[in-house]
Amino acid sequence: MEYSNLRRQIVFMKKNLFDQGYLDEQFNQLEDLEDESSPNFLEEVVALFFKDSSRLLTNIEQATDKYPQDFYKLDSLVQQLKGSGSSIGALRMKNECSVFKANCNDRNLEGCRRSLQKIKREHATLKQKLESYFQLLRQVGPRDYAVSSRK
Amino acid sequence: MTVVDAESRFHVLAVDDSLIDRKLIEKLLKNSSYQVTTVDSGSKALEVLGLRDEVEDPSSPSSSSPDHQEIGVNLIITDYCMPGMTGYDLLKRVKGSSSLKDIPVVIMSSENVPARINRCLEDGAEEFFLKPVNLADMKKLESHLLKRKQQLPMAAAPEPPPQQPEKPPHKPEEAAASTDATQTDGIISDCSCSSSSSKRKASAMEQEGLSSPERTKPRLSSSGLAVET
Repeated sequence: MEYSNLRRQIVFMKKNLFDQGYLDEQFNQLEDLEDESSPNFLEEVVALFFKDSSRLLTNIEQATDKYPQDFYKLDSLVQQLKGSGSSIGALRMKNECSVFKANCNDRNLEGCRRSLQKIKREHATLKQKLESYFQLLRQVGPRDYAVSSRK
Repeated sequence: MTVVDAESRFHVLAVDDSLIDRKLIEKLLKNSSYQVTTVDSGSKALEVLGLRDEVEDPSSPSSSSPDHQEIGVNLIITDYCMPGMTGYDLLKRVKGSSSLKDIPVVIMSSENVPARINRCLEDGAEEFFLKPVNLADMKKLESHLLKRKQQLPMAAAPEPPPQQPEKPPHKPEEAAASTDATQTDGIISDCSCSSSSSKRKASAMEQEGLSSPERTKPRLSSSGLAVET
């Protein structure tokens, strides 16, 4: 009973994350790579992403605040964030990074500042949502790899 | 794809400065039953391949061997945008080396820049994958590896030849026709990543192997250049 309730919650939560555009298909691709030898691959990669992206965001903030701004460097940093966001399926973050890059291209400092704030918010929101998601997953225990668990 | 034992498994060298992408490509390759070594830079890749980062050393034993049994790298898959030596630079070094030029090289990039893709394919890359890379892309590596294996005298795996037709050298018309929504024409140079400071510390060099089921999905490849949104 409890187990099936949890599973339903997980399915529902995941569906919401997709419907609201936080995640895209790449997230499923990562989950599908999990197997007996690496049953927590998705969570590991996501944890790595948040660690790495926090560092990047700090560097991006510094580069944005520094005067005179080096838009090449800023674009390069945002590109890195966009790339790793894309690799884990973080759709909203990826899209915000594209906007940020366009602002860099236009040398639009105000635009860059706005983008930075948006990305920081998206980052925090996604982190919180995924933490809840993995918390639920941990409660149901390891996946049964004999059957497909795609919803 | 069937693999008999560790010795007959293909060994892929994956090069990417992004830790996340390295982890991802490693898992993709392992799930596709390849032996994997990952490094975080072009210069480290050259070390693994037995080339120093300057001129090729003729006295070095590995640089004079026609096959690469002691190095054992059957395919190189590299990110394009890396600080220092880009994936393109690495491609040129490999193709310019008498001992390494026959190793197939695949380039990956998160940016869809037709001029970049064309240049890589024209200068010897077998394929160009748009990131994020997935299992369907891994399947494409197979044909390049089998092609090479059949050329070596000690071809172990009795695999049938691949069904796909021989890849044409390049398709400049197709690439020029497809518009790139993400093309950076403004102040940003071709590879803005080359101006970024080095951030990765120790290289991640691992060797292991596994197997797992795979899935397919339509994907960009050299035979059909199109913008993927």
